[in-house]
Amino acid sequence: MRFDKTEISLALVAIACVLFGFVSPGWLIFLLTIALAKALVVQGVVMQMRSGLVSFGQGLFYCIGGYTVGMGGQFFGIHDAIAALALGMAVAIVVAMILGLLLTRYRDIFFAMLSLAFSMILFGILVKSQGLGSTDGFNVHNWTVFGWAPETGADSQQTVFTMTVLAGLLIAVLIHRYTKAGIGVICEAVRENEVRVEYLGLSPRWLLYGNYVAAASVSALGGGLTALATGHVDPEMAYWTTSGEFIFIALLGGLGHVAAPFIAAIVFSVVRTYSIEFVPNTWQMILGFTLLGVIVFLPKGLWSLVSREKSGERT
Amino acid sequence: MTTILETRSLNKEFGAVIAAKDLNVQVAKGEVVGVIGSNGAGKTTFINMVTGYLKPTRGEILFNGKSILGHSPRAITRAGMARSFQVAQLFPDMSVIDNLIVALAAAESPRPSFLSPLRSDARIARAEEILAEFGIENYQNSKVTAVPQGARKLVDIAMALIGNPQMLLLDEPTSGVSMDEKTGLMDTVMNAVRQHGVTVLFVEHDMDVVERYVSRVLAFYSGEIIADGKPAAVLADNRVRDLVTGHRPTHKKGNGAS
Ligand SMILES: Nc1ncnc2c1ncn2[C@@H]1O[C@H](COP(=O)(O)OP(=O)(O)OP(=O)(O)O)[C@@H](O)[C@H]1O
Ligand SMILES: [Mg+2]
Repeated sequence: MRFDKTEISLALVAIACVLFGFVSPGWLIFLLTIALAKALVVQGVVMQMRSGLVSFGQGLFYCIGGYTVGMGGQFFGIHDAIAALALGMAVAIVVAMILGLLLTRYRDIFFAMLSLAFSMILFGILVKSQGLGSTDGFNVHNWTVFGWAPETGADSQQTVFTMTVLAGLLIAVLIHRYTKAGIGVICEAVRENEVRVEYLGLSPRWLLYGNYVAAASVSALGGGLTALATGHVDPEMAYWTTSGEFIFIALLGGLGHVAAPFIAAIVFSVVRTYSIEFVPNTWQMILGFTLLGVIVFLPKGLWSLVSREKSGERT
Repeated sequence: MTTILETRSLNKEFGAVIAAKDLNVQVAKGEVVGVIGSNGAGKTTFINMVTGYLKPTRGEILFNGKSILGHSPRAITRAGMARSFQVAQLFPDMSVIDNLIVALAAAESPRPSFLSPLRSDARIARAEEILAEFGIENYQNSKVTAVPQGARKLVDIAMALIGNPQMLLLDEPTSGVSMDEKTGLMDTVMNAVRQHGVTVLFVEHDMDVVERYVSRVLAFYSGEIIADGKPAAVLADNRVRDLVTGHRPTHKKGNGAS
């Protein structure tokens, strides 16, 4: 297998992140873990944006990933973190394969609203589920990695961070290839001209379906990692404001590069953390202005700051 | 002589508008058929029905003797009938060569790969050959929105030909192209078509172009076919002259083509 420049750069950054994790304070590691895990959910949103669909309900898969990890440990004796994460992705794939049959019939605002509806249904179910802690959710703990159980809070934080960075790297490389592969490019073609795609003998619905399922699995991984990092899941994960946040980050980063959602998620977390700290009660306003600024001045997202410098190079 | 396309009493109504009325058309393998008719005569509607984009109100469509009525455009494309569009249907944010590469990948498999790169060396090389064949290699890396209309039309037609169709339906291949470029464009297209041995039906408003390339003409008027036969006979027909072509001067320009 050969790796291109982007993939090697991603790997180097990932290694640097892991090393950085060993020397940085706990609060920073936590912030970065959550940001990177959310960035994985955002990758799912971005994958669909490339095909012309805006998912207003990606929180559905975020929540499925999180709850599967939590419930796996709580009820089914699946304590291995990696197995639990994989299970979360599998559940998301099955759910997406079912919902996708209906959703891929719709476009534009209808797709957005229907995806939102499904996530709100899950939210409603979880709120009513006493066994799962209702609105409070429940805690996720006692997980192991390859049989090893982190003993202190700091240990487990460190471990989740490393896992998140490595998962992020793996997914970033896969998505990088996916966007350049047949399905990735042709999903963009569907966005640009569905009629032509159909007249090339391809099924736009099948392409969007494949893309939807792939995006769901990536987002579920982000949800699972978040559950491990925070040690907690609650129905809020499927709430529409959570999904809105993912769209916010997707727009912030732009569709220009596979690294954009990661950068945007970190910027988002930092802006939010500091605005809450220094100007409490106004952080939504600050985020609003940030988004306004990005849309007006950087319509292709933060990534255009990077690509502007080396314009001409194809991503 | 085997029939490749046959329509039986094809009808299409849009509310009160009758866009197709009892169309009975038989096209033989290898024919080059020209379709003429004034604006709104139902030429595009005919192509749209035959390729599965519109469902006829009544009637039957046979391709290679089998009914394709109710089949999707993609199924009909895969069965070997391709089309181009009155307004070129391309991927506007992509370069010319990427448009062709997408078409090449589509022709290879209905299920595009999840991980292997679309822009493989083999596809790039093949796309470059096609660009050269169509004389648009200068536009290889231009966005399709930045190239002249004639080149866009050629990309559209090239994409249709990539799937190696048995039959090609061209909807006004020369519309929006300047007078002096029309012959060049049609020569290019017809050369490509002959090499692939494709049966062609094309819609055209310019009678000089029609006379130059076709062996048979269908004249549409208000959803009906009012004449069908050799170009000379159809173009000399009084109804066709009254309703479709107008009374244009009959002398040939001395370009020696027929
Ligand atoms: N989707 C549609 N809905 C309603 N009416 C339509 C539709 N498509 C075509 N028509 C009508 O059907 C008739 C035939 O239209 P069509 O586009 O087939 O004409 P055409 O011969 O291709 O004309 P042109 O030379 O302008 O392309 C016209 O009266 C047109 O207004
Ligand atoms: Mg037309």
